[in-house]
Amino acid sequence: MGSVGIVTPQSLRLAAPLPLQSGARLEDCTLVYETYGSLNAERSNAVLVCHALNASHHVAGRHDGQDKSEGWWDNLVGPGKPIDTTRFFVIGVNNPGSCFGSTGPTSLNPATGRPWGADFPVVTVEDWVDAQARLLDALGIQQLAAVIGGSLGGMQALSWSIRHPDRVRHAVVVASAPNLSAQNIAFNEVARRAIVTDPDFHGGHFYAHGVVPRRGLRVARMIGHITYLSDDVMASKFGRQLRNGALAYSTQDVEFQIESYLRYQGDKFSDYFDANTYLLITRALDYFDPASEHGGDLARALAPAIAKFLVISFTTDWRFSPERSREIVKALVDNRHEVSSAEIDAPHGHDAFLMDDPRYHGLLRAYFERIAAEAPSPVVPSIRGFAV
Amino acid sequence: MSERKDLELIAELVPHGSHVLDLGCGNGALLALLRDERGCTGYGVELDDAKLLECVQRGVNTIQRNLDEGLAIFADRAFDVVLQLDTLQNLRNTEQMLLETVRVGRIGIVSFPNFAHWPNRLSVLRGRMPVTKALPYQWYDTPNIRVGTHLDFEVLARRNGLRVLDSFGLQNGRVVRRWPNLCASTAVFKFERA
Repeated sequence: MGSVGIVTPQSLRLAAPLPLQSGARLEDCTLVYETYGSLNAERSNAVLVCHALNASHHVAGRHDGQDKSEGWWDNLVGPGKPIDTTRFFVIGVNNPGSCFGSTGPTSLNPATGRPWGADFPVVTVEDWVDAQARLLDALGIQQLAAVIGGSLGGMQALSWSIRHPDRVRHAVVVASAPNLSAQNIAFNEVARRAIVTDPDFHGGHFYAHGVVPRRGLRVARMIGHITYLSDDVMASKFGRQLRNGALAYSTQDVEFQIESYLRYQGDKFSDYFDANTYLLITRALDYFDPASEHGGDLARALAPAIAKFLVISFTTDWRFSPERSREIVKALVDNRHEVSSAEIDAPHGHDAFLMDDPRYHGLLRAYFERIAAEAPSPVVPSIRGFAV
Repeated sequence: MSERKDLELIAELVPHGSHVLDLGCGNGALLALLRDERGCTGYGVELDDAKLLECVQRGVNTIQRNLDEGLAIFADRAFDVVLQLDTLQNLRNTEQMLLETVRVGRIGIVSFPNFAHWPNRLSVLRGRMPVTKALPYQWYDTPNIRVGTHLDFEVLARRNGLRVLDSFGLQNGRVVRRWPNLCASTAVFKFERA
């Protein structure tokens, strides 16, 4: 199994404004993306990879000057890997509102000539999917062989199958949910309050003050990390281990290794992640609820989908638990849509979707081999789309 | 039970174009056969990771679930046919499962090892639990927690208000209609809600 090697991000400035769910429009929108592998002559082998909260278009490979890959799904995407770039043309794209190159709060607001900051319009999963569809248009790809994402990325895969049913042959939804639970929204709200109440936040216009609401970002990331890990993995990784071997009888110093780990993760995160982006992306998570337009009936929401589905969850994931994936599976089965689902007994909690558990990757490999083997047939939306 | 000939004999009980649920679908061979040769659609349910992988390799839609958790995710009358081949004997709630089968499907088809097959009777007469091709386990390591006979199932079906549409035995890839309780290692029943 190899690496895709050196990759160079590319960018696309959308030819027309992007209308948003909120009613606002993003007049000037640039998307940064990377591609791996080659598009075949029929343009039928494209796989779109959707990122979650803190990731980006950089899915696999190395940027010039890096000695190892920082691609967030490099263990999955590459030559000979489960999503094999010798067979598929894989696309990673940074969503609008993010802070890794696509238009977002750190970009200049054309109306004021200053960074958007807190004035950047609220974007939704649906808006991202529509922006990604524009990228496919520009790349001359009418239909994806597959769209895949984990967590918030899985929500995008689900949304793709609903909003652009005839453009998706397979949707792979990993460690995701049809909407956030109250508990999940609550975690997001704590993270947002940590950021917004940081004195360095300045109402979201901290760039002009030359500061970053680092304390808020750190706490937000610490909370996030707690929810991404399972109780078991935290116990086995850290347990009650002390950092210095003996209690210091201090209320403020780091006593336990878990504190040290969380502080380290928080510090690292606050160095590269934008506070306004954190607010925007957690909001997109909160808002996602395709069933809401159908009286809460997810089966009706998924009725237009034509794609075949693979839904994967992890038994120790309590942030996006297997029960939430079962709701998706049930809605698909009610529609007689094609679906396979796996509940992988991995110990890592929500983070498992980024790991290379052999059962998980074995399943993805088998599924993508099937996709590669099948003859791409033009999808006819009218008949199956409305069958119940 | 997983032998090709047996699968073909079971497949013949499934009408063409049926929407099928296969509970404990194993490696998905039957579903693939029903899809390829009888134009059927539907899903398998399988708990085992390795078998699930084989199903995905075959392109068979399979949902990973523990059947002991029930069939709540499936709506009433969602399927034309619900299959439970070589599965019933591994489940805790046998009766509940049969009732669930006729709730989610119009027709149920089950197969299970027939404990009253004559070599089994001989073995017990000799004082030892049978170990055969259909019942390959020792008494202390068998996953078969419900051991029943062809005749037992008829009684259970009646008790639960199921109408038996067809029943026969399977032995060496052949249908046994004469004295199946004695002459066949596998019992097969096709039934519906009475």
